[in-house]
Amino acid sequence: MKKVIFVLLLILVIFLLLWPFAWQIITSLKTPGEISSFPVTLLPKRLYFENYAKVFNSGPPFHLYIVNSCIIAGGATLLCIVFGSLCGYALARLKVRGTNYILALFLGVAMFPQVAVLSPLFLILRKIGLLNTHLGLMLVYTAFGLPLSVWLLMNFFKELPNEIEESALIDGCSPLGVLYRIVLPLAGPGIFACAILVFIFCWNEFLFALVFNTSMNMRTVTVGITLFPGLYEIPWGTIFSAATLVTLPLILLILICQRRIISGLTEGGIK
Amino acid sequence: MFNFRKYSFWFCFPSLLIIAGIALYPVLHSFLLSFFKFNLHENVIRFNGLGNYKDLLIDTRTREAFYHTFLFTISSVSIELVLGLLLALFLQRKFIGRGLTRAFSLVPWAVPTVVAALLWRWIFNDRFGLLNELLFRFEFIDTPVAFLSSSWLARLSVIIAEVWKTTPFIALLLLAGLEMIPQELYESGKIDGANAWQRFSNITLPLLKPVILISLLFRTMDALRIFDTVYVLTGGGPGNATETLSLYTYKTMFSHLQIGLGSTLAVLTFLTVTFVSAIYLLILKRSAN
Repeated sequence: MKKVIFVLLLILVIFLLLWPFAWQIITSLKTPGEISSFPVTLLPKRLYFENYAKVFNSGPPFHLYIVNSCIIAGGATLLCIVFGSLCGYALARLKVRGTNYILALFLGVAMFPQVAVLSPLFLILRKIGLLNTHLGLMLVYTAFGLPLSVWLLMNFFKELPNEIEESALIDGCSPLGVLYRIVLPLAGPGIFACAILVFIFCWNEFLFALVFNTSMNMRTVTVGITLFPGLYEIPWGTIFSAATLVTLPLILLILICQRRIISGLTEGGIK
Repeated sequence: MFNFRKYSFWFCFPSLLIIAGIALYPVLHSFLLSFFKFNLHENVIRFNGLGNYKDLLIDTRTREAFYHTFLFTISSVSIELVLGLLLALFLQRKFIGRGLTRAFSLVPWAVPTVVAALLWRWIFNDRFGLLNELLFRFEFIDTPVAFLSSSWLARLSVIIAEVWKTTPFIALLLLAGLEMIPQELYESGKIDGANAWQRFSNITLPLLKPVILISLLFRTMDALRIFDTVYVLTGGGPGNATETLSLYTYKTMFSHLQIGLGSTLAVLTFLTVTFVSAIYLLILKRSAN
């Protein structure tokens, strides 16, 4: 009896976690007629893949949005890893004066309300001509992804055994050499987890992208999804096809590397 | 040997420079702008002293935005904490497929907030939405409900969307905390004759308290700046019934193009968030002692 209740609970939990996302995929496979009909069908009567084609030929250049998001999120992730590993290594191993203040500063920035920097950043980016560019958003995302990267990477570096690094230093290898020849290869899995987390943060970001990249060809996927034009009705089928296209790869990646991601996500909070 | 001080400075320098230039300086600039009348459309700047602050203090829309922000934060964070704790306790048990279930709880977190909000908007749709269909099928209603057109139902919808998106994150944080509690404590509790509830309230809760406080801090700060969900799900409507501080600030700046007044709102939001986090840090410090 206890077992039956447990299994029922388990099914309920999985259902609550997954069904809204599953509903998105189901809706994306229905014909427009079936989508706007009553009663609502729980499964598509027949699989209709036209919606996925419409994502790319219903007006806005959605393929460009995917490219934009890849460049911006990819670039920002790379910058976060490069600068974040330098700073994280210094905080973990080299004695930095005011380490605690620096960490508190990063934590503070991670919790900033984004609107507090919105108008000045808009004015600055406009002045130096970085509105509607990849570089502008990339820099902004780097700043807001760095606190997480530094924090995570610092924790990963601290867990590595110190002996090899010390003997390398004694043999005359510079701290930079130690970082790139010894620490980074060892911290590979940690860096990968950190990169995924930062990439997801950038990929999913909405407010900065909405304000800074407004021209038709420079939008990112999150903004692009909200702007599909409908003639009379909101084109739900197209919207959810696009949503599926831009979330499914990430979700598969996450399911594959879940263990690392969960430990990366929770580490900062527990330590 | 190497001059470590020099190395550590140059290692930290790029990160600090980026943070200072893109996060810290703009906040100070926002404070400055908040004392000016500055309309992006006319592109003229005029000093206004405390004028913007006065305008906002007597503006009922500002008060409502504060009220909605706190309403959403307090209700969604407290619901998330309870559900998250239940989910964490559930996921801590050993069963076949536990790893997969844990992985599934990453799905709501990984879906972009915008996509989740669109999804809920579709589920709450007044004519072809899934929720109406289910309520209709089980005969709770006989005419479709326009969830997003009534103030309180719209607010409830925002809270539901937020809770779905972020409960798993809290659960994973709490789960990590649960796993750090030594099993022996439960064993000796059992030997001493404590029942499940006593073990939970005397062992689990006190030892989990720091982790609970930290997850509350993270989620509260995040909830206070809520923008994406409201922007997509209700647009702040019906009327201004679900408009939050971030949304009102965004609209003031980029729909009405009033950068000065918007910056004043942004400063108020910033001060609110800082104030609330200071309270949390005080509580954390006290409980650590």
